[in-house]
Amino acid sequence: MADWHMLTLVGADRPGIVAGVTQAIFAAGGSLGEASMIRLGGNFTIMLMAAVEGGEARLRDALAPVAADMDLRLHIDPVAGGLHQHLIPNVQVRVTGADRAGIVAEITGALAGVGFNILELDSDVAGDPRRPVYLMHIQGYSDQPIEALEAAVAPIRASGIAVDIAPVETLIG
Amino acid sequence: MAVLDILTLPDERLRRVAEPVTIFDEALRAFIADLEETRRSGPAAVGIAATQVDVLKRIVIVDVSGRKNTPNHGYLVLINPEIVHWEGYETAREGCLSVPDYTGNVIRATRIRLTANDPWGRPLELEMEGYEARAVQHEMDHLDGTLFVDRVVSRRTDLFRRKVYQKGGQPKGG
Ligand SMILES: [Zn+2]
Repeated sequence: MADWHMLTLVGADRPGIVAGVTQAIFAAGGSLGEASMIRLGGNFTIMLMAAVEGGEARLRDALAPVAADMDLRLHIDPVAGGLHQHLIPNVQVRVTGADRAGIVAEITGALAGVGFNILELDSDVAGDPRRPVYLMHIQGYSDQPIEALEAAVAPIRASGIAVDIAPVETLIG
Repeated sequence: MAVLDILTLPDERLRRVAEPVTIFDEALRAFIADLEETRRSGPAAVGIAATQVDVLKRIVIVDVSGRKNTPNHGYLVLINPEIVHWEGYETAREGCLSVPDYTGNVIRATRIRLTANDPWGRPLELEMEGYEARAVQHEMDHLDGTLFVDRVVSRRTDLFRRKVYQKGGQPKGG
């Protein structure tokens, strides 16, 4: 099995990008690992794991036509690790408030201070353009009790940002 | 008693529809004992369905009594279960003995009323909510060849936004 590479592709969103990119990798004899595609600020963004004999050079050759055709910027990194390394979150943090500089840094800084490991984070700016609202959703792993996390974010709450911290329990059945 | 082998995805046998139980005998109760031993032998599963051990009978076991602050009926064996009433819905994370190394968010009814038989064939009627109701819905899905992966919703489409509206109290146009 060839080594994994992490591909990052960014461009203006349009239909058919994922199909074009993945077909190019398949045609080069490559395999795909995990992927995350999301629109951010109206841009198409995807990160995906790919492995192909010939490594980065082969990936670059294979993707050059589709990147040019669809006006995508491509970035490739060799990565360690691989599949079957999922961690299960046990805490979720939801944040909402009037958009202002520093929210993410404050929240994630407070959580990092008590050893919270972020596994998934997504955020949006929504609401009326004149009164934007920042929404962030974090899932992660903490070996501290919820009370310790609550205490860590208390000063941020006091500044008017709503922070909801709740356990995530995974039902196995 | 014996610990039975658990089928895992992508085994097609997980996709079959189980048959109703018609004979409530010692053999059935011996199988249920094995099924329970199997549930207890692996990761902390709160339920198991006969389909998961390659037995195509409509039998599930659920026991959420080990979870704190959770309304429950204790150790439950449900044979030929049928949900007769659903109410509310909520999203929570699930995993499955038959789907190693993957968890995801699934929408389930919050409260259910169901009928079933016990291991002696006697009729049961139960109302349940929350975690126990979720576990029963997960296990009953197995009897119809459905896995939680068929119901996973994107992590960006959970209750997040709706909850925000509730807090804000003023949905647009409302
Ligand atoms: Zn299951």
